[in-house]
Amino acid sequence: MRYSLLLNNPEPAEAGITEEDMAPFREAFDAYAKSLDAAGILVAAEILKPADMTTTVTLRTGTLSIQDGPFADTKEKLAGAFVIDVPDLDEALAWASKCPGAQYGVIEIRPSAISFREGQWRELR
Amino acid sequence: MAGTALSTAEARARAESVARASYGRLLALLAAPTGDLQAAEDALADAFLRALTTWPVSGIPENPEAWLFAVSRNRQRDRYRSAAYRTSVPLEPDAGSSGADPPGGTSRGAGSLGGIPSPGGSCSALPGAVHWDEVDVEAIPDRRLSLLFVCAHPAIDPGVRTPLMLQVVLGVPSDRIAAAFAVPTPAMAQRLVRAKRRIREARIPFVLPDMTVLKERLPAVLEAVYGAYALDWRSRLPGARRVRAGAGTGEPAGAGSQLQTDADSGARFRADADTGTRNQAGPDCGAQSPADEDAWGRSQAGSDADPPESLAAEALYLATVLTELLPDEPEVHGLAALICLSLARGTARTASAGGFVPLALQDTSLWHRDLIARGEEHLRRAHPLGRIGRFQLEAAMQSVHCARARTGRTDWQALLRLNEALVALTPTLGGIVSLASTLGEASGPDAALSFLDAANAPALEDFQPAWATRAHLLTQAGRTTEAAGAYGRALALTTDPALRGFLEGALQRLTAPGPPAADTD
Repeated sequence: MRYSLLLNNPEPAEAGITEEDMAPFREAFDAYAKSLDAAGILVAAEILKPADMTTTVTLRTGTLSIQDGPFADTKEKLAGAFVIDVPDLDEALAWASKCPGAQYGVIEIRPSAISFREGQWRELR
Repeated sequence: MAGTALSTAEARARAESVARASYGRLLALLAAPTGDLQAAEDALADAFLRALTTWPVSGIPENPEAWLFAVSRNRQRDRYRSAAYRTSVPLEPDAGSSGADPPGGTSRGAGSLGGIPSPGGSCSALPGAVHWDEVDVEAIPDRRLSLLFVCAHPAIDPGVRTPLMLQVVLGVPSDRIAAAFAVPTPAMAQRLVRAKRRIREARIPFVLPDMTVLKERLPAVLEAVYGAYALDWRSRLPGARRVRAGAGTGEPAGAGSQLQTDADSGARFRADADTGTRNQAGPDCGAQSPADEDAWGRSQAGSDADPPESLAAEALYLATVLTELLPDEPEVHGLAALICLSLARGTARTASAGGFVPLALQDTSLWHRDLIARGEEHLRRAHPLGRIGRFQLEAAMQSVHCARARTGRTDWQALLRLNEALVALTPTLGGIVSLASTLGEASGPDAALSFLDAANAPALEDFQPAWATRAHLLTQAGRTTEAAGAYGRALALTTDPALRGFLEGALQRLTAPGPPAADTD
């Protein structure tokens, strides 16, 4: 079963977090990703640039619309994601609670419905 | 009557008795491999239906549980094989041997079919045929405990945990659960369906958490079982079987008028009495109940003279199962003790006329000796385990009350110590109010009133039991005008008709000529 651990937290800049403040967390994230990797469950790990780097694109009004800025303006922003492959929610929960991002933000755990692997969409059960 | 042939009624009776004893056990086994409770329930329901048509003809199988299990298994298998269900979830036992991409939740703690060891011909020999005699259900590990932990999983909304347990562990139908929770049936059914979907889709595992996690999650399991018990005092299940006919003898004169006479008086009008169980996720959720079930008895007043076999009995059953499965967890014994000891007074709590009989006026000869003994035994087993907890303290308070049957008196000082310990451990509004009442008995109304004032919890302002207790204490202290005001506040915070009746009665007596209700112990 694949789960995405979605990291949500206030933007460091807005929360007054300096590079210096972040240094220990960089180390923690490094160790975290390495332990996921060592456990053989890491599918992907991405930490995103600040939300104001977002560009939004849609065709749902019929024409191509490209905008700067995020789609939803929320206090907490999506800041990154770890995709892991573990047997069940309890294991996903255990890993999520070890994520450094949980120290200052909120982690949403979402199971994958399907994923594209080895040339085709696969249902994960 | 008949030799081998059975009437449908007999088959039904037998199927029902198996269902009662084994529902959760069978369902846990059936659902564990895939986490699909709904499918397992459907399969089990089919099997029960089939029993009703087959058993009258062929006789009751030697091992009815195994028969039901095997038939359900086959049903499940038919479904998983059907075109409608494009399966990537092999149910075959050998599925566990596949490698990196384990299908169907068999990947942990479960080598095959959710860890069911297959005796002899093995369950896998079942397709098509019912080799029920080869399935030894007794030999299969009991998965009810993991099922209980699934129901109370942190990823499941606390409000639906108790209903879910009632349904999947005990097989209580949605409509009865809905009635008990005073919720429209479709709404309750939808909540249950949503929770089951969540369990399946998010893959909440049907395994026992490891010891650390288990200890973290056990309180939620106990809480949900307690919820079933607590709910009972608000709402009796319609159509439930009777434990025993109402043994309530003459209603003590003025039982209703003695509303506030015993120790925990006001605390019994707990806020959660108005909302069923702790399905509101308030800050107090999960801990607002002080020891006394009479809250439920009281809010129940007049609604039912006989205690039917009810959610409380089901809760006792679950708590007892838990003590068997986790014999070294003191709070599990505490919960079982609490339920035993307060159920013991169930009959005495209601008068034959249907009125509520407060604790102090209850005829102790109506208290159920066996249940008291069982409760005491659980407390005795909890004690040496050396970890005190909320349920043990509440049970100990019940035990003090029950001791009156032997000693003829209530040890208010002991109650006071226990109640203080309870509030120190879990400082809930209910506990604080209960403590105020006990203090009123132990040290008089003035001490209790100053304690309530000093408690200085703003939430008490909107807590109906706090006002009912205050009113009672003010009455005792002879501060009639203030007491009337407090009753007014309590009434304003109460919607429950029975409870309103009590409060209105108390208010009337207060303003009517004559002495206020005498206090006894």
